[in-house]
Amino acid sequence: MVDATLDLAVDPHARAAGLRHALGRTAIYAFLGFFAIIYLLPLFVVVANSFRDLPEITQNGLIALPRSFSLKAWDQAWSHYCVAGTCEGIQRSFYNSLIMTIPATIISTLLGAINGYVLSKWRFPGSETLFACMTLGVFMPGQIALLPWAFILGLIGLSNTIYGLIFVHVIQGLSFTTLFCRNYYVSIPDDLIKAARIDGAGFWRIFWKIVVPLSPPILIVTVIWQFTGIWNEYLFGVVFTGGRQQPITAALVALQTGQMNAHPYDIASCAVLIGAIPPLLIYFFGGKYFVRGLTQGAIK
Amino acid sequence: MATLTISRLFKRFGSVEVLKGIDLEAKTGEFVALVGPSGCGKSTLLAMIAGLEGVSEGEIRIDGTLVNSVAPKDRDIAMVFQSYALYPTMTARQNMTFGMESRGVAKAEQDAAIKRVAALLQIEALLNRKPGQLSGGQRQRVAMGRALVRDPKLFLFDEPLSNLDAKLRVDMRTEIKKLHLRVGKTTIYVTHDQIEAMTLASRIAVMHQGSIQQFDEPQAVYDRPANMFVAGFMGSPSMNFIPGELAKADGRPAVAIETTGGEKVALPLARPPQTWPANGKVVLGVRPEHLFRYDPGLKSQKAGLAMLTAPVEVVEPTGAETHAVLKIGDKEIVGRFDPDEAPRLGELLPLGIDMAHACLFDPESQALIRQGAA
Repeated sequence: MVDATLDLAVDPHARAAGLRHALGRTAIYAFLGFFAIIYLLPLFVVVANSFRDLPEITQNGLIALPRSFSLKAWDQAWSHYCVAGTCEGIQRSFYNSLIMTIPATIISTLLGAINGYVLSKWRFPGSETLFACMTLGVFMPGQIALLPWAFILGLIGLSNTIYGLIFVHVIQGLSFTTLFCRNYYVSIPDDLIKAARIDGAGFWRIFWKIVVPLSPPILIVTVIWQFTGIWNEYLFGVVFTGGRQQPITAALVALQTGQMNAHPYDIASCAVLIGAIPPLLIYFFGGKYFVRGLTQGAIK
Repeated sequence: MATLTISRLFKRFGSVEVLKGIDLEAKTGEFVALVGPSGCGKSTLLAMIAGLEGVSEGEIRIDGTLVNSVAPKDRDIAMVFQSYALYPTMTARQNMTFGMESRGVAKAEQDAAIKRVAALLQIEALLNRKPGQLSGGQRQRVAMGRALVRDPKLFLFDEPLSNLDAKLRVDMRTEIKKLHLRVGKTTIYVTHDQIEAMTLASRIAVMHQGSIQQFDEPQAVYDRPANMFVAGFMGSPSMNFIPGELAKADGRPAVAIETTGGEKVALPLARPPQTWPANGKVVLGVRPEHLFRYDPGLKSQKAGLAMLTAPVEVVEPTGAETHAVLKIGDKEIVGRFDPDEAPRLGELLPLGIDMAHACLFDPESQALIRQGAA
């Protein structure tokens, strides 16, 4: 037997370890805080400039603490400013983007879910090869498809229309949505599908009643991915549409580059912020599901 | 009520033959257990009966109707899965009504069925819970409830108890037995647990490497295993195999085996073999419970008794009985003894063998050598 007594009120080793821990934490938070400031600084500059008067910006410089306050630029940017010859602000292109992004997101997500369901639960000879081919689309840069798309859009009469862009984004997005959903559905036990088949449910009933109710995590991930991707997409928007059909990304660039006289920093800042709101909202409401969905394992 | 008839059934995945000509039948109300080690093809066979796997060759008939190309939903079967396969987003009640809804059963009829089955399985209180809120045993009950509500022709069970802990497994086993007695449905039950098969089934099909080794009533499978595989698989601890030679002792047929000392001992057979292998070599199969401590007084009471001595290598008390590893020749055998007369470690045990229950096998074909009447 051993009798142990603690004759020191404070253990010097424990104390040193505590101190080291505190120092370490401080260093980590300082480091993280520093980078957070660097990342947030541009946002601060843009937000500040959207509320400053243009003369004040030109006088004090772009990066400076605001000394004036005005909401005029927001109104200008939204409904009056002239972009590419039309003077109705960026609202039309904002609506264009919404009209394009919402259906394209819903359709590509739905098709991806159906594809994933078939490729994981109704396998057929060659389905793995087909899946591999679809996944290749993930690695294909968009510009490769530019010319074929221009040709096809012309062929089916959807050139310079928002419907044309919806079509392009649905097809371009399919490899991503299929990949996401298929990999998620693989973790749904096959026994569930078998049990449902014995229970008399068919292909669609199993999809809607069994698979879809298990899908919210992956559907949220897919929707966020597709929405932000399509909203922020520029190349197809600027190549396949022009004038009043352009999505907001193309309009923002037109607004920045199309100026002869003094650069309207205030209006440009407002326009950029308006253009960033929808994806920000999507992240804000779906962000926690996004992280959860990406890391979620099998459904038990 | 329903019968199941399977004839010359084959299943091939590419060049791999998983089932090699299965013949099986279940009469109305019968409980047939498919038992075998993992990979023997028993689950594939069940999936084919359910219609979840296609047939490569052969016939499956339910009530005489060929169902080879009938979809699972049209076979009028119900299945309980090893994983339970309860729909996670639905309550227990919804899980049970899903099949009836798919088939367009009227709402009132659904409610009546749920009420009947919930009472039968004592799950009334669980009906509004989701599978995630149920324990393993409760999920098991709901899974059985889902199968029962539809009143199918055929019940299929795929290792339904193997995800439960040991205690619960024994309880649920009894429940299933009671349930079958009450409902009386034709049932096909897949398991790798020979005790489950023995306790539940009216007939057992022992499978190995894609074919049925023996299809018979439990006691017959246990007492007269068709070959050494069945003999070794059914029973725990397994049957002991002792190599020997057929001989005559006192004018009666006997098996001569070599003891640890090197001397040959002739054990008289209680019943004469019907065939005699060309070289006379046989394998004597003795179950552990047919070994006991020899007592000269027993000889007069018990017919077909043989005696030899064997050194005791290991003694394992389990409480109710004591297992002992003994050495005969260079072979280790296991015996089950009453704790009161259990062998002691290092003892040279006078060992009695109940030859009336011993089996003979052909070492070449591994098949049982039939024995005639005593």
